[in-house]
Amino acid sequence: MTTFVELLVNGISIGAVYALIALGFVIIFKATEVVNFAHASLLLAGGYLVARLWPLVGFWAALLIGVAAAALVAAAIEFLVIRRADVASHSVLAIVTIGVDIVITTELTRQIGTDVLAMGDPWGSEVVRFGGVTLAETRIVALVTAAALITAFLLAFKYTGWGVAMRAAAEDAETAALMGVRLGRVSMSAWAVAGGLAAVAALFLCVFPTPGLDRSTSLVALKAFPAAILGGLDSTTGALVGGLVIGVTESMMSGYQNDMVFLGRGIGDVAPFLVMLVILLIRPAGLFGTKELARV
Amino acid sequence: MADLVVRDLVVGYGPVRALRGVSMRVPSGSIVAVLGANGAGKSTLLRAISGTLRFHRGACRGAVTLGDRRLTGLDAASVVARGVVQVPEGRRVFARMTVEENLRAGGLGRPRRDYAKAHDQVVELFPVLRDRARQRAGLLSGGEQQMLAIGRALMAGPTTLLLDEPTLGLAPLMAARIAETIKEINSLGTSVLLVEQNVAMALSLASHAYVLEVGEVALEGAAADLRAGDEVRRRYLGVADAVEGTLETRTLSRWS
Ligand SMILES: Nc1ncnc2c1ncn2[C@@H]1O[C@H](COP(=O)(O)OP(=O)(O)OP(=O)(O)O)[C@@H](O)[C@H]1O
Ligand SMILES: [Mg+2]
Repeated sequence: MTTFVELLVNGISIGAVYALIALGFVIIFKATEVVNFAHASLLLAGGYLVARLWPLVGFWAALLIGVAAAALVAAAIEFLVIRRADVASHSVLAIVTIGVDIVITTELTRQIGTDVLAMGDPWGSEVVRFGGVTLAETRIVALVTAAALITAFLLAFKYTGWGVAMRAAAEDAETAALMGVRLGRVSMSAWAVAGGLAAVAALFLCVFPTPGLDRSTSLVALKAFPAAILGGLDSTTGALVGGLVIGVTESMMSGYQNDMVFLGRGIGDVAPFLVMLVILLIRPAGLFGTKELARV
Repeated sequence: MADLVVRDLVVGYGPVRALRGVSMRVPSGSIVAVLGANGAGKSTLLRAISGTLRFHRGACRGAVTLGDRRLTGLDAASVVARGVVQVPEGRRVFARMTVEENLRAGGLGRPRRDYAKAHDQVVELFPVLRDRARQRAGLLSGGEQQMLAIGRALMAGPTTLLLDEPTLGLAPLMAARIAETIKEINSLGTSVLLVEQNVAMALSLASHAYVLEVGEVALEGAAADLRAGDEVRRRYLGVADAVEGTLETRTLSRWS
């Protein structure tokens, strides 16, 4: 039972981190109808800066710079690539983002080499015990931080002028423009927010029990794609639920894999994609989505 | 306040020519009607003024000016900031957002302090928008959606309002209600460019009218003259029957 609770809480925690990534992915899709395949590279860029800078400026300043830089890079992609590209189809833009992803990721993996970079976080490998349940501090901080960021985002999305402009533009860009909404600003801010969230997620993907940031970190980030897709690419609620589903599934599958040897080793890594496939077979638009993937 | 002037406007969607040298003037404070059959280029004219042709892969030549400021070449949001706001054909309310949020979207470009005042004016004009504030706009009736679309545009504080077929698909009573509202909005000092297929209604509201025919101004004049003469009937309706009867069948056929 305690194992189950530990796995569940860890799953929710990692799921909340996936949700941060998926949320950014969904915001970008809502604002620009572009599937951003460069998302994992934004995450890697943010995480890399934190890892490199903390010995120089301290952890918190490094984190701030990492988040700001990821937001800036994302905004730059929007401004230089997405906005300029005068192409008819959003799927072409999606392919362009693959190109951007390759450029950024290749350069960063070259910089990282075979190193495993510590994140310099203050939580280290401390654990907390509640009754018989043992949890890593990092998992608790991740859960609390992700929950706070997601709540803040959803409140802003619902109540601020920025949120109203985002939703209006997502629903009907031409009419939003007719109402005076500056679409360029809306889409650039969406990219920036998504980049910032990805950098925060990078931190929590690389702290204990993970040894640190290495060149495979962006592969870990890929698990958030099924989270976004199974929730429905254009649904913020979907991103949250999708993130949690993926996180808990992965945690449970890894935790109990000895009882499920018939499924093979490493089922925890495959599980997110299996869950996604099953859900898409039943609901092609994802759990909460309104636009089918075929439209992408 | 300034006149909205359109000069030699040519618009093409790729190889399709939708406007071929249209000129017109909306004097400050007036209501000007634009009439024309389906496909005459009425919505295209409004898109060119509002700067939304790019959403339709259209391009334009010629000039649109408000006073001594050129609107051509500006993006849609900048045109709104200059005080020229459009209520698009088919209402286009944000269906997934609440009525209140729709109004808010309309006022996004304005300073906060103007917002409350604009909001009060709009709900006074359309009390139903206050009663339904928290309801999703997609659930409103057609007439209510049209009121919301107009209210939303008013939130931007327009000096010139562009209306694209505001009575399209509305029952006669609701159409009359919308007509009344247009008159009221105009009496508060807003110029109106009214695109309509409901000829009788448009000519009764407007002081001046233009008839578009395949992308050109085929006829223009004081609304009273056009109402009195049979030129509009011949050119635009293509029949010589009693105007009222003809209008009714046209309106009915549009509902189907
Ligand atoms: N997005 C577009 N792409 C290509 N051609 C278009 C487009 N929009 C309009 N057209 C063409 O331009 C011409 C004028 O269309 P427009 O919509 O301006 O007419 P309208 O007078 O508003 O008609 P209606 O009364 O049916 O609304 C038509 O021939 C139409 O087929
Ligand atoms: Mg039209």
